[in-house]
Amino acid sequence: MNKKSTSQSAEPDLEDIEVPLLVEAIYRRWGYDFRDYAPASLKRRIRRIVGLEEVPSVSALQERVLRDPACMQRFLDQATVSVTSMFRDPGFYRAFRAVAVPLLKQRRALRIWDAGCASGEEVYSMAILLHEEGLLDRALIYATDINQAALDAAKEGIYPLEKMKEYTENYQASGGKAAFSEYYQAGHGHVVMRADLSKNIFWAQHNLVTDASFNEFDLILCRNVLIYFNRHLQERVHRLLYDSLMPDGLLVLGRQESLQLTPHETDCQALDSREKIYRRVR
Amino acid sequence: MPPRLVVVGVSLGGMETLRGLLGALPANFPAALVIVQHRDKEESGDLAMLLGQVGSVSVGFPLDKECIQAGRVYIAPPNYHLLVEDDHFAFSLDAPENFARPSIDVLFESAADACGAGVTGIVLTGTGCDGARGLAAIRRRGGQTIVQSPSEASAPNMPQAALAAVPDARQLTLKEIGEWLKSIADCGLRNETSAECGISDCGFRNESNAE
Repeated sequence: MNKKSTSQSAEPDLEDIEVPLLVEAIYRRWGYDFRDYAPASLKRRIRRIVGLEEVPSVSALQERVLRDPACMQRFLDQATVSVTSMFRDPGFYRAFRAVAVPLLKQRRALRIWDAGCASGEEVYSMAILLHEEGLLDRALIYATDINQAALDAAKEGIYPLEKMKEYTENYQASGGKAAFSEYYQAGHGHVVMRADLSKNIFWAQHNLVTDASFNEFDLILCRNVLIYFNRHLQERVHRLLYDSLMPDGLLVLGRQESLQLTPHETDCQALDSREKIYRRVR
Repeated sequence: MPPRLVVVGVSLGGMETLRGLLGALPANFPAALVIVQHRDKEESGDLAMLLGQVGSVSVGFPLDKECIQAGRVYIAPPNYHLLVEDDHFAFSLDAPENFARPSIDVLFESAADACGAGVTGIVLTGTGCDGARGLAAIRRRGGQTIVQSPSEASAPNMPQAALAAVPDARQLTLKEIGEWLKSIADCGLRNETSAECGISDCGFRNESNAE
């Protein structure tokens, strides 16, 4: 049984057994539900965690994660947080200014939900845009994520100084109206985002997989979050997003995502089909 | 048996090579062709010139969870990893691998996982070593492996790294790769479905949590 030639080719097949078991174990022990995550990227992330934890296998990771809450937190950090950047996809922000801002300006108060905000870069980017469009004062932004530790960090608004060159370029390409440096204070190796940007932001833990709708919104941002879910879970979350959208509310997805073939395909109209900005029409 | 899925990796600057490859693609190509080309991250740049119709083949960026269809060419959009999962595409924003996002390794390894022996991997000209680990994964799962001859490649590093990882990969010139593409079309198995990989029967699969 221990022939070297077979053990190598058998290894990936073992992972196909181990990954679903690990995911089931985490669900039963901690309540985090990864069972309907998209398997290919989940498997890559789990492989990476196996390496970081310096355990020999997914099964060994399972034993540790069942018993050690700190290991579960590390798993959550690695498995759910995607590092993004401020004004990622500048074209999206340009399109948002063009097609979404005029509609938002017609409303007296704005309730906004950034679903799956991770480390907060997109929330601050949107706050800056709304500020420049004169909308920030009338906006309440609910920024939610599954990971409390990520939310705590996002709330601090502290980002590496070395990122600012890239973010500044993105900001300029996104149609920014000021100097990006106006929005943060530089310290030693890091920057702190200006406090008035976040005065209307509420940071709260919310799990798209297991929690229900909690309000109705004029605008929901959910970019590049659902790509980590399988179609079945995507459908469920699309229902949750739709249920959380005011009539006429706006929904924004990531560039490679689409409402095509989701339950609410015909309930929403694309305002910008490339940048995936939709308006609920019924 | 001809492959269901042909995955191609080429690095920045391989545009002419890529154009040559797509130009050689016959109209009745029986597999899906998926390409990762390294590039500067934000905009698609000259890649966009390839989108649309090349000869009789449609070329496009796939959407998340879009099902993979035989006879079509898909190009990884900028700034995401592109993965194959079952009979469809998936995306991730995980950190760059080998300094690249999209990374050739990520596409190749996921394709090997999803389609096993039904995959052929092709590593073309490029700098760096992205694609080598992925090609080895395809080889391990029984897929075919092809590397552009380093002597012909405008940047030989990537083909060399791939050959170091998979010494028995076939070394072909671009012209020979074109002939190989034609030869699998001549097998004429366009509408057959492989048991291992549902590519070529379109339509979303029923997602009932079954493995």
